[in-house]
Amino acid sequence: MTATVRPYAPTPSPDAREPSVRIAGVSKAFRLPHQRYATFKERALHPFRSTKYDVLQALDDINVEIEPGEFFGIVGRNGSGKSSLLKCIAGIYSIDAGELTVAGRLSPFIELGVGFNMELTARDNVLINAIMLGLTRKQARERFEDIIAFAELEDFLDLRLKNYSSGMGVRLAFSVAIQVEAEILLIDEVLAVGDAAFQQKCYDEFQRLKRAGRTILFVTHDMGAIERFCDRAMLIDKGRTVMIGAPTEVARRYNALNFGTTVHQLSDDRLRAGEEMAGPVAIVDGWFESRDGVRIAALASNEECCACMEVRFNERVEEPIFGFTLRNEVGSTVFATTTDHLHGDTGTFEAGQTAIVRLIFENYLTPSRYNLTPSVARQGAGADALDLREDIASVVIHGGRFTGGIVELPHTFRISTR
Amino acid sequence: MSSDSVARQVAPSALGDDARRFFNLTVTLARTDFKLRYFGSVLGYVWSLARPLLLFGILYAVFTIVFHAGRGVPHYPVYLLTAIILWTYFTETTSGGVTCLLNREGLLRKMRFPRLVIPLSVGLTAAFNLALNFIVVLGFAVATGVEPRLTWLELPVLALLLATLALGVGMMLSVLYVRFRDVQPIWEVTAQILFYASPIVYTAKTYPASVREIAMINPIAAILTQMNHAFISPSAPTAASVIGGTARLLLPLGIIIVAAVVGLWFFMREAPRIAENL
Repeated sequence: MTATVRPYAPTPSPDAREPSVRIAGVSKAFRLPHQRYATFKERALHPFRSTKYDVLQALDDINVEIEPGEFFGIVGRNGSGKSSLLKCIAGIYSIDAGELTVAGRLSPFIELGVGFNMELTARDNVLINAIMLGLTRKQARERFEDIIAFAELEDFLDLRLKNYSSGMGVRLAFSVAIQVEAEILLIDEVLAVGDAAFQQKCYDEFQRLKRAGRTILFVTHDMGAIERFCDRAMLIDKGRTVMIGAPTEVARRYNALNFGTTVHQLSDDRLRAGEEMAGPVAIVDGWFESRDGVRIAALASNEECCACMEVRFNERVEEPIFGFTLRNEVGSTVFATTTDHLHGDTGTFEAGQTAIVRLIFENYLTPSRYNLTPSVARQGAGADALDLREDIASVVIHGGRFTGGIVELPHTFRISTR
Repeated sequence: MSSDSVARQVAPSALGDDARRFFNLTVTLARTDFKLRYFGSVLGYVWSLARPLLLFGILYAVFTIVFHAGRGVPHYPVYLLTAIILWTYFTETTSGGVTCLLNREGLLRKMRFPRLVIPLSVGLTAAFNLALNFIVVLGFAVATGVEPRLTWLELPVLALLLATLALGVGMMLSVLYVRFRDVQPIWEVTAQILFYASPIVYTAKTYPASVREIAMINPIAAILTQMNHAFISPSAPTAASVIGGTARLLLPLGIIIVAAVVGLWFFMREAPRIAENL
């Protein structure tokens, strides 16, 4: 579909060992006055109070070196300082302390479509934007065709931008942005819009940039993109570095930070409530475990998962049937299973005994929050539950692709012709 | 914060390190602004001409019919019109300068570029307007009997002096406005005072002898007076003769230079933190 693909000039690297971006002990604080004295009158009336302000430490001693050709992700929750870091690297904010060196030409913008004017046509905007990004008027004109071809917007050139859909706008902006002759690109939260086909095109373009030795710094909430494209990632929280490492590790930590790490140990109250249960059997706890037996609240998809319940028997029960049901966010039952006759004997439990039942399963779940409902039933035709706890625990599955499906079945394709 | 610990090219600045990009950006922003100003209006550019012409019509009517201000002034309508377009340039640059940084917040927060581009582009947009308006004035002047003379060559110099003053003030106001929102009404009032204190609806000869030399320290007064002499009527006094000696012209000239230097210095001082203070 792309008419012409202009090859990227390989980045000249005079000294390959020199990092593209070196951040050493960088700190940045914003001074937020308690009351903003925005007028002379207020200042005149309260000449001394104006010294009161909160210091918001947006960045606190950040250290990282980003190598040439690296695709580096920066993740963090809202307000963690990740965008501030990007703005410091971009030279939009000044830093208070530390050293920040950049080797190579830096792309001047951190967001797509900066400087787009809704009143002007796509044609004008492309030229203006290209000049803002550092091209000359002549270069902008020369590359105009390529830009439009890449954005696939040939038919909408003379439409004002305000009549564009947001996706079309992003396509245009991205197409202009990749024309910038920068060795280091900084990108803040892109590609949230744009249809799947164009997103794929953008990611292909990223790969091309990467092969050409460009360095890309990328801020996002999208762990999928981090895991898919980044060589390394960094997690920051409250202005501090939490970790720098492999994208999957960082994504896991990010989700842990977001959804809480290891789960609530059940409170004593609840356990006692279980003991006091009048019934013959009480489920006193339920949780999810990782492969290595740690209680978890979040898990990457495709990682082996274990759903667990702790059952206290108040009377002797022979061959009870343990059941697990998983429901997703919207309440659909995604999976349900029981230890019925197919699983063989479960054993006999005496009064006062406690059993821990683990359901180990290949994790074919797609990203969502899943709730666990464990149940215990007596052997027999009726199989009425001795105890059942709705949504006793939950786990967030992250990573992987968002496919729209509720499970990611293991699969292969076979294509043949008749 | 010690600036020497911050390494190259990553700190925001007023001037940047790429002169070509600085120039391209200034021109592009100015062009876009100019293009957008009357975008979507049927008459387009005519409106930017209509405003000074309308002001001219009103002031001409009021000050010739009611106050007889122009009596005895050769080519008074030409003087009034020229003074108005020069004044329009000055207010567009300065009043536009007040809000320019805030209007460009999106750019300032999302892109690294020399911060000075913004007030300069405002001045450039106003200069486009001035140039177009001046063509009309020129036609008007020649049609009403003003004769072309070699001293017209002084006009670009005078325009440059006015631009220097306006940009100096504009730079200063733009960064002040980021911190204090009352700069806008204060400047509106100041501009009104300056309008009547400057020889726009009258000429410098109208100043009472007692205040004439003081009033002429106002650089706009000096520029307009010299403009009258060089452009319209050779019989009109030069700025030097009204202020009382060529040496005294150093005062308005000094004000222009101080405004430009202080404005630039202040802007450069504030430039690194404009984005976060917005």
